[in-house]
Amino acid sequence: MTVQELPGAAAYRPTPPPAWKPLTDPAPLLPDPEPYRVLGTDAADGADPELLLRLYAELVRGRRYNAQATALTKQGRLAVYPSSTGQEACEIAAALVLEERDWLFPSYRDTLAAVARGLDPVEALTLLRGDRHTGYDPREHRIAPLCTPLATQLPHAVGLAHAARLKGDDVVALAMVGDGGTSEGDFHEALNFAAVWKAPVVFLVQNNGFAISVPLAKQTAAPSLAHKAVGYGMPGRLVDGNDAVAMHQVLSEAVERARSGGGPTLVEAITYRMDAHTNADDATRYRGDSEVETWRAHDPVQLLERELTGRGLLGEDGIEEARSAAERMAAGLRERMNADPVLDPMDLFNQVYAEQTTQLREQEARLRVELDAENEQHGTDDGGAGR
Amino acid sequence: MTTAAATATARTAKAKPATMAQALGRALRDSMAQDPSVHVLGEDVGTLGGVFRITDGLAKEFGEDRCTDTPLAEAGILGAAVGMAMYGLRPVVEMQFDAFAYPAFEQLISHVAKMRNRTGGAMPLPITVRVPYGGGIGGVEHHSDSSEAYYMATPGLHVVTPATVDDAYGLLRASIASDDPVVFLEPKRLYWSKADWSPQAPAAVEPIGRAVVRRAGRSATLITYGPSLPVCMEAAEAAVAEGWDLEVVDLRSLVPFDDETVAASVRRTGRAVVVHESTGFGGPGGEIAARITERCFHHLEAPVLRVAGFDIPYPPPMQERHHLPGVDRVLDAVARLQWEAEH
Repeated sequence: MTVQELPGAAAYRPTPPPAWKPLTDPAPLLPDPEPYRVLGTDAADGADPELLLRLYAELVRGRRYNAQATALTKQGRLAVYPSSTGQEACEIAAALVLEERDWLFPSYRDTLAAVARGLDPVEALTLLRGDRHTGYDPREHRIAPLCTPLATQLPHAVGLAHAARLKGDDVVALAMVGDGGTSEGDFHEALNFAAVWKAPVVFLVQNNGFAISVPLAKQTAAPSLAHKAVGYGMPGRLVDGNDAVAMHQVLSEAVERARSGGGPTLVEAITYRMDAHTNADDATRYRGDSEVETWRAHDPVQLLERELTGRGLLGEDGIEEARSAAERMAAGLRERMNADPVLDPMDLFNQVYAEQTTQLREQEARLRVELDAENEQHGTDDGGAGR
Repeated sequence: MTTAAATATARTAKAKPATMAQALGRALRDSMAQDPSVHVLGEDVGTLGGVFRITDGLAKEFGEDRCTDTPLAEAGILGAAVGMAMYGLRPVVEMQFDAFAYPAFEQLISHVAKMRNRTGGAMPLPITVRVPYGGGIGGVEHHSDSSEAYYMATPGLHVVTPATVDDAYGLLRASIASDDPVVFLEPKRLYWSKADWSPQAPAAVEPIGRAVVRRAGRSATLITYGPSLPVCMEAAEAAVAEGWDLEVVDLRSLVPFDDETVAASVRRTGRAVVVHESTGFGGPGGEIAARITERCFHHLEAPVLRVAGFDIPYPPPMQERHHLPGVDRVLDAVARLQWEAEH
């Protein structure tokens, strides 16, 4: 049996879909395959010596700060400290690229960035000491509270930057998150909102290899975290997170782009957490010494120090000066952290609502009675204050 | 804040029937006109005017920067609102449907509710989260939840729910003006309820936190809010035939809770039934009954009873009439109160 062609059948063509074109050209959004580096390359020749020396002093101070805070946990002065040792270049660069009017949105690991931005180290540590959730006024310093839930501060950065732009202010928000945080829904929603709104935001991912114990390969199947940017329609930049100068350059460009109306940028810094996740974590269960040692050879403080000494910008005196300045900072911090904070238990009630509810007034009165009884028993009269 | 006199004046000026939906829209409009820091954002709130048309015309009148269609992402919407409030704006967020708000819970609980507290009072967040809630409109799955107990259990939030056209306007104005975050629960089956109302000059802005006696009575108190108020009012009228003179208290605000108005009423009547659509177990009624018992035990002639939705996931629309507390179920509870009183 032969198939008979019906008249007109050959003329049939399926209706083509409506015209489609991509909203954005993806090519310029893709990160370079190699993390951007400056130190040890020809690009370092053009770097401003003054900036290099400033970065160095801050790195040395930052390293000492991490060590001091970690020591304070061992003395029981801090409840916990998530160290950023090894990641100082990211922390310092994030703080230094911002103007005073800009906002920083740190995660719980980014105390150092807040301190480098000018925050009193003791105020920055209240969360981790356990006396207050946030020891500073975020509006005064333009530093959002250190954020413990992962990536939830990223949409805040977007909203704030968006609001600033609506008000006509050229304010930029820089938001920090770890590699684990990029798996959270809020990371996705924040990047999507930022790109759609062209909000002046810089997202800095510190890829330090592990989300507590889970390595990056179990976190994502993307070529890199910076590659995620193209899916949102923003540029992604991959940078050596232990190279303070590269970090400073890339973040400065991103901040400038945001400020001039170019929209958000996703920066992935490849770095490494030298210490455990916190003092409560045992890093030997999930990574070997050889890996840690490999990264020790790529230490951010050493990298910059070698560059500066090699170029004759820094000698033994300079190194000693930076170290003793850091030591003075640590001694001051130690001394102030050894004083017991004075707390008012009534703050438990009067910082919940603008106007206290009847229910909270009743509960406050109940606590007041308990405290009075306690004071009577112990013969003290400090108004219920005390640790 | 204003007075009954102002409302009366407003009413005499060309009073005409208005729906709760219109009153809510008007409250948004008036708030935006009065305060340039008020911004409305959410999915479909702009061009479409919201799926319930509450935000109709706002984008046209105030521009897309003030009434913004966002990407479809509730956590993103509320999270962005947090940042906007941090910079001094007063965002009003729409969650479209009760169960759609759940992706935003992390933002609501961890940040919106706690920011004032976390910052030692330095950074209040004046955010209003509008959540159309409850059943009775034939919505399919995930469109009819009563989620008020979740919000009530979160310190730092105000939880407000109007039951009348006047309150819809007045309480929404007050919520937007509040320096604290407010979860504003809109009983969506009352969106089309009407009242004689003058949208030209609705001056009544109701302070948050006060319950009101909607019907005075002596035999027992029905304590209710939002979508169950009309049910209770109808039950109270029907109860007259049984010889029961019921008082009806409309809570209007679940947080803060007006213990005084509730306790005063129950002390007068000696009997109380709490009525709501939300599930009974772990629901608002348990908290309310406990509060009444603590304050009014020696005045009570019978245990405090609850008439609530069953402890089941919200049923499919063809079954919802069996779930929702109706007049008969309320009267049945009242009858049980009387029986308890006799023994």
